[in-house]
Amino acid sequence: MTSQAPGLWPPSGPEVVFLLLGAVAVGSALLVVTTRQLVHAALWLVVCFGALAGGYLVLTAEFVAWVQVLIYVGAVVVLLLFGIMLTRAPIGPSAGLDSGNRWAAALVAVATAAVLVTVVVTGFRSAYAPLRPGQGAAEPLGASVFRTWVLPFEALSVLLLAALIGAIVLSRTDIRGRE
Amino acid sequence: MHVVYPVVVSALLFSIGVYGVLARRNAILVLMSVELMLNAVNLNLVAFDVWLGDRLHGGQVLTLFVIVIAAAEVGLGLAIVLAVFRTRRTVDVDRLRALAEVVRAPGSGRPDGEDAS
Repeated sequence: MTSQAPGLWPPSGPEVVFLLLGAVAVGSALLVVTTRQLVHAALWLVVCFGALAGGYLVLTAEFVAWVQVLIYVGAVVVLLLFGIMLTRAPIGPSAGLDSGNRWAAALVAVATAAVLVTVVVTGFRSAYAPLRPGQGAAEPLGASVFRTWVLPFEALSVLLLAALIGAIVLSRTDIRGRE
Repeated sequence: MHVVYPVVVSALLFSIGVYGVLARRNAILVLMSVELMLNAVNLNLVAFDVWLGDRLHGGQVLTLFVIVIAAAEVGLGLAIVLAVFRTRRTVDVDRLRALAEVVRAPGSGRPDGEDAS
């Protein structure tokens, strides 16, 4: 797996594309956690998820990329926008989105980033994965989902049903708990 | 593709998500930061699946499962946030202290942990 790996620099063509998409993803993620407008945070989240889907495409995981676009960009962000609007969030900049322990949070995040980046760079400096197109297409992925991983797949469908019923029960106002 | 690149991007995304969970006060923004962390994990799973060349595609299938679980989680989380908003008129996680430990201010014997709804 690590034989005849080219050097880390200069990056090859796919790696340059991936690095640019990764920079877009990290930058928009930073804007998600720092912007002062709630709706803008959701829209930057769309940019971040889209860039990540592009990164999956570069990594030859096509099916995961399309599922990411469909579920994250299509469903999750719309749900979050619903939540923003149903909680009557103000449109426009709103003060007080950040709590007082922002500096402690930044310290923890920088420490986490330093530890993680140091560990993965020392651990996987020489790891090289040759990209073979078609590795993550729908056909091999579907075959392995419905052969090897069919039991967790069914368990997940039960989980989704339970989450659906739970969300309905929680959000209906005419169902009351016992007093 | 060097494995370092996606893994470093995912580590940065994860720590940005950690910052968001710790620093934001709006519950919906906290949920968004949790989504960022889940996406970091997904990128890791895909990168290592491509690196190891797993014939069962364990990494990518697990990524699909994590995406499904994230969808269920955000649905339930938003239902809970809306229920909290209906009863308390706020989604500010700093002010939702009904389940917090009661902090007694020194001097006064008054419990400080009441929620100001």
